[in-house]
Amino acid sequence: MAEVEKSREVKKQKAGGSVATERTRTGRIYMPNVDISEDKDNLTLYADLPGAGDEDVSVTLENDVLTIEAKVSPPVKAGDHRLTYAEYGVGDYFRSFTITEPIDRDRIEARMKDGVLRIVLPKKEEAKPKQIKIQAE
Amino acid sequence: MARIGRISWSWDPIQEMERLERDWSDFFSGFGRQSAVKYPPVNIFTGEDNVIITSEIPGVDPEDVDLTVTGDVLTLKGTRRRQELGEGQSWHRRERGYGDFYRTIQLPYNVESSKVEASYSKGILKITLPRAEADKARKISVKTA
Repeated sequence: MAEVEKSREVKKQKAGGSVATERTRTGRIYMPNVDISEDKDNLTLYADLPGAGDEDVSVTLENDVLTIEAKVSPPVKAGDHRLTYAEYGVGDYFRSFTITEPIDRDRIEARMKDGVLRIVLPKKEEAKPKQIKIQAE
Repeated sequence: MARIGRISWSWDPIQEMERLERDWSDFFSGFGRQSAVKYPPVNIFTGEDNVIITSEIPGVDPEDVDLTVTGDVLTLKGTRRRQELGEGQSWHRRERGYGDFYRTIQLPYNVESSKVEASYSKGILKITLPRAEADKARKISVKTA
């Protein structure tokens, strides 16, 4: 199982210097892992936000900064149970990206499924590559 | 990363473990050792009557996850499928891992395997494993002779 080695990348990382402003909520913040793909029409971003439901996530695009934030509450309520062994921490997510491509803001789509956020950012018409026809004289 | 006189008002076990893990991997990094992180990561919550295991596996089809329990060992097996590229797409970033995973987890006690329950929601797998009846602590009354 050579691909298992990939799992190393899945280790949760604390959101570090990218958090420019202080938050009002206390607790840990993690930086979600993302995949970003591009084709001629869209930029598509996938972010792993385990523990966050669709109502917990906020996506904003302000100027050219795309921000992803998610609030996560612990899956097991403390009471009869004690955390006896831990390999991951539970906390909120925060990450922002600078989008250099002009985006059609009205058509941005975001949805959550099984802890994965998928954002489709459609490019503006003028940003799309255009084939220029060469005319013979 | 030396810490001198670290004052903490509330003890946070996860924070503590992360700190230890980080310190150890810092310590070893000079020897070219990479800190091994198991996938999927699990947290174990222990109660009187059952154990709850949670695991972060976002974007996995529950059909692709296979759980088995034998005595006090839980086996967690599955696949996280690769995000395929569509026609004319190319990657800018690829940070999310994928592939097959296989883990065995030693439980703190024997489990009633027929009563194990598992659910998957928001990318978190939650397994509730009731303690075996025969394994529960019993109060023994002392008889007078």
